[in-house]
Amino acid sequence: MKTKMTAAAKRRLVKSVLLHAGLLLFAAGCVYPLLRILSVSLRPGDKLVSTDLSLIPAGATLLSYSKLLGDTMFLRWLWNSLLITLATSFIGVSLASTAAYAFSRFRFPGKKAGMILLLSSQMIPAGMLILPLFLMIMKLKLMNTYLGMIIAYSVSSLPFSIWILKGYYDTIPRSLEEAALVDGTSQVGAFWRIILPLSTPALSIAFLFNFTTAWNEYLVARVVLFSSKQYTWTLGLFELQGQYITQWGMFAAGSMLVTIPVLCVFLYSSKWLISGLTLGSVKG
Amino acid sequence: MATVQFKKIVKRFGDNLVLNGVDVEIQDHEFVVIVGPSGCGKTTLLRMLAGLEEISDGEIFIDKLLVNELHPSKREIAMVFQDYALYPHMTVEENMNFALRLRKLPRAEIASRVAEASNILQLNKFLKRMPKQLSGGQRQRVAIGRAIVRKPKVFLFDEPLSNLDAKLREEMRVEIAKLYQRLNATILYVTHDQVEAMTLAGRIVIMNHGIVQQVGSPIEVYRKPVNLFVAGFIGSPTMNFVPGRLTVKDGTAIFSSEHLSLPVPAFVLPQKEALEGREVVLGIRPDDVLVERPGGEKCSGRIDGVLEVCELLGHRENLYLKVGGQRLLATVEAFFNRSPGSAVGLCFNYRNMHVFDKATERRISE
Repeated sequence: MKTKMTAAAKRRLVKSVLLHAGLLLFAAGCVYPLLRILSVSLRPGDKLVSTDLSLIPAGATLLSYSKLLGDTMFLRWLWNSLLITLATSFIGVSLASTAAYAFSRFRFPGKKAGMILLLSSQMIPAGMLILPLFLMIMKLKLMNTYLGMIIAYSVSSLPFSIWILKGYYDTIPRSLEEAALVDGTSQVGAFWRIILPLSTPALSIAFLFNFTTAWNEYLVARVVLFSSKQYTWTLGLFELQGQYITQWGMFAAGSMLVTIPVLCVFLYSSKWLISGLTLGSVKG
Repeated sequence: MATVQFKKIVKRFGDNLVLNGVDVEIQDHEFVVIVGPSGCGKTTLLRMLAGLEEISDGEIFIDKLLVNELHPSKREIAMVFQDYALYPHMTVEENMNFALRLRKLPRAEIASRVAEASNILQLNKFLKRMPKQLSGGQRQRVAIGRAIVRKPKVFLFDEPLSNLDAKLREEMRVEIAKLYQRLNATILYVTHDQVEAMTLAGRIVIMNHGIVQQVGSPIEVYRKPVNLFVAGFIGSPTMNFVPGRLTVKDGTAIFSSEHLSLPVPAFVLPQKEALEGREVVLGIRPDDVLVERPGGEKCSGRIDGVLEVCELLGHRENLYLKVGGQRLLATVEAFFNRSPGSAVGLCFNYRNMHVFDKATERRISE
């Protein structure tokens, strides 16, 4: 009996070790590039390739950071990105939340076709949408403006957000809204006071999705924006790349800095990502 | 409190006719239970009164006021939902005072109403808890509390006990009965459970296929069901039905089926209409099938049967009998003490015997 127990325990141990070894390998694969960028950003001179494998290179300096912040318009680019991204996320989520509510709760002609159309728009590669987006924004005379970017971004992430939110609303029992209606709210009031507070997990996911896609977007920005004052950081960083010389130190420093806002948003919203908030409202 | 009036209510979902001309009037302070099998339209009727379902045709009045087009919140009704529908992101207290906050009542008044309701329902200890921290019975009480604080004209209950286990259901049934005595409110209560209907109702509305079958006090619908459906639906265990044919011999109606034959006295079936040759269904409740007992004058003569199965329930015993090929259920005092297969003598208590026309399914006995 005892030997049997140890055999089982041994198997468990081996399984656990193998599992953790695998996880560590993947984690290392994820973190390694980041660490290399950190090390490049601290390296004196613009050396991209080096035989030095240490994380903090010899003669580490923050010179690249100070040059990036002082000599270029990097802060301006960050500000542009932040403005466009936040506006995109808020507009995208508010439009998606109401549209998804309509798709989830009301019966209207074209509902099913609408949902399929939204889904199929996600099947077209983003690159193919560049030309029509460019034409639309040009016709709207919004080239090289924040508004043009905000419209382009929030529109392109709407379908995904609507699907996410509709799926979530569908799980919220209708009787909650009906109780609210009987209690004295309007349909809009029931949405605002009952459905929205209950949907924070799905809303945060939609917000995060909007935020990260808009923050990291390059192609559309390349097409819409042409003056370096209006650039988002993705375009701005490429300014540092010259025909003959690329300032790899500043490039890496910029890459490190732009991760900070995304990191903050993720850390902050993680507490809203707790699902199962509707548990206990109705008999399950 | 208020009266409620349904006038020729029709509800269609596409081509599907769910309610077909429902006419019911509910008096002030009355506890009316709408009962029927699933899909009979009872919940739809309640939801139409609440304003959660459109009315295809007909009129609904609350206190003589036509409410067809009125928003749910303007109808001054409160509803307790089958699944409780408590707001999961609010505490018990917030759930209960939600409607009052919406109406912007003074804070002191809100507090006193919530305190009063939570006293009645013994919810004082739970006011700061979230719904998910409560048991089923407690959630149900919060749902009722949310209705009470509003002081509505009419309370609507939509199968409020169907999600509770049997023991808790009994307890809550008594709670609701006590609550009614205390509030003396107008209550419309929907259930598919005929025991709830019998025990709680001042008046029962029995529905089937979107049509009101019978309206009456519990004892009326039990003693004098107007048709076969009501007779079969009300009462547990279910009434025995014996199909057969009537003949008249020397002025006495005789019921005869393949397996049994018995005279039907005039006080059960007055010979107002032609009975000769009429196809009928005899209805007799298990309590009125007397087994091995002297019947007396208002009972049928001895019928020979065979005991098939006994079910001891504690104080009562269900006897499954066979008379020829006809199965009958009798309920007798406990400890009948006969083994299955033995021959028994039984008789029908004429005082509670029902005769229904087979074609129309309507009651033709007194």
